[in-house]
Amino acid sequence: MVPENLKYTKEHEWVKIEGNEAVVGITDHAQSELGDITFVELPGSGKEINQGDSIATVESVKAASDIYAPLSGKIIGVNELLEGKPETINQDPFGDGWICKIEIKDPQETENLLDASAYEEYSKEL
Amino acid sequence: MSYVPNCDQDKKEMLKTIGVKSIEDLFKCIPQELRPRSFDIPEGRSEFEVEKYFKKLAQKNPSNVITFVGGGFYDHYIPAVVDAIVAKPEFYTAYTPYQPEVSQGTLQAAYEYQSCITRLTGMEASNASLYDGGTALYEAAMMAIRITGRNKIIMDGGVSPIYRKMMYSYTSNLSIEFVEIPVTHGQSDRETIEKYLDDKTAAIILQNPNFFGVIDDHSDIVKTSHEKGVLVVQSVYPISLGVLKTPNEMNVDIVTGEGQSLGIPLSFGGPYLGFIATKKEFIRKMPGRIVGRTTDGNGRDGFVLTLQTREQHIRREKATSNICSNEALCALRAVVYMSIMGKDGFRKVAELCMDKTEYTKKRLEEIKGVEVKRSSPTFNEFAVKLPKDPNEVISRLIDKGIEAGFPLGRYYDDLKDYMLIAVTEKRTKQEIDIFIGSLEEVLWS
Repeated sequence: MVPENLKYTKEHEWVKIEGNEAVVGITDHAQSELGDITFVELPGSGKEINQGDSIATVESVKAASDIYAPLSGKIIGVNELLEGKPETINQDPFGDGWICKIEIKDPQETENLLDASAYEEYSKEL
Repeated sequence: MSYVPNCDQDKKEMLKTIGVKSIEDLFKCIPQELRPRSFDIPEGRSEFEVEKYFKKLAQKNPSNVITFVGGGFYDHYIPAVVDAIVAKPEFYTAYTPYQPEVSQGTLQAAYEYQSCITRLTGMEASNASLYDGGTALYEAAMMAIRITGRNKIIMDGGVSPIYRKMMYSYTSNLSIEFVEIPVTHGQSDRETIEKYLDDKTAAIILQNPNFFGVIDDHSDIVKTSHEKGVLVVQSVYPISLGVLKTPNEMNVDIVTGEGQSLGIPLSFGGPYLGFIATKKEFIRKMPGRIVGRTTDGNGRDGFVLTLQTREQHIRREKATSNICSNEALCALRAVVYMSIMGKDGFRKVAELCMDKTEYTKKRLEEIKGVEVKRSSPTFNEFAVKLPKDPNEVISRLIDKGIEAGFPLGRYYDDLKDYMLIAVTEKRTKQEIDIFIGSLEEVLWS
């Protein structure tokens, strides 16, 4: 089950939209596929980004995977908790394991995102 | 028996598929003069015949030559224990240690190697080795570009011209801006360097001792570079660190070097050893792999490859480097060498090099017309001005069994009269005296 109130991407990121801000993280499916997460390379605060840009890297014992910007805008916050406790993503991917906060530039882009049932359908097919 | 089981028809089809007329066409991009005259290999010969043939070839190499050639590669003594340990089949025949459960010995050796490199340079972390000094320097430049997100590199004129050439070939298809700043009185030109440091500069690349053998305390350059957010890369000669200030004491960010002097014999093109070490904050931007020490499920000590998730076989085009291997056997030679020498041995070797170098300088100055460059202090190598063409002098001394030095004119148009001379702990007083006598003879009789 994935939270109903979030939006999703095919790259297994989740997006929580609050007004003109978006909180970004990776889904439970993504963290379980990656395995134990050992390091998160966070984006620089204030950085301008475009939808689809690589904004962070999540490194597990198996792989180092890029996190892509689900929306264009500006990075206005990063989860510093992950610097010391990257395993938080494994423990609470939809909550304390959030990665960064984006100031949304183009609200229309949110329409490209998947809703919970579409994402669930998509990840079942994989 | 042919090892390639393709019949003519197979070959024809393969060529047709890739759109090439003949096998010869595949080599079209290689200039004719660099290609073998033919690919016809003679009939097979017996082991005895092959051995005889190669022995004869090997005898053409001059042996027992007294060498004063350096230029980044030095004739240091290699204790017998280096060969004895490295020749153990457990090390010699083992492949890259991807599986910790079958290669604890190899992994431990790499771990010890990393520890030795960090102690030698004073830095916090070393990787498990790179190909050679030149590629290590290229990797350091790329690492600085990754860390800073900038793409201008300043190169000090004292950086080996061989390394600079390698840097340009490796980066020829990347958009990196290079600035070269010639040395002044043999040392880094602070004033000009400062002018070029800006917020577009990723790194400044320095070398200590530099190509002219000159030693320099780069602490002040590091300080001004850091003020502009510029990283400092320093290429070092490991033996010199037995007596010189370490890169860490100068607060350098990335250290690289050629590890040949650490127990690896001189030979054309290697195999040699590149090393790279850095501050802990940059380890995830460092190329290659690090071997880490850990405990297994039963609490026993063990060694594993860490950070390999950033290597080419996992990260593909996003890997920290596309030169993805390490130089395990040469790194093993280095760790055995460093262990057997120890801290005191290292200092002793470095001091012997310096003393013998100063003796050689003094003796050279007794020869009429020979001028030793003394504008800056040196370690075990220095430039001398000769009253005759250095190329001719070198070739005449080879006939007398002496490799006199490296002609600086090969890389520096304004230094055609100069030769670079290196003196290691292996040169005896007698050998140096013979060299001086022969040089005087070649110059004046």
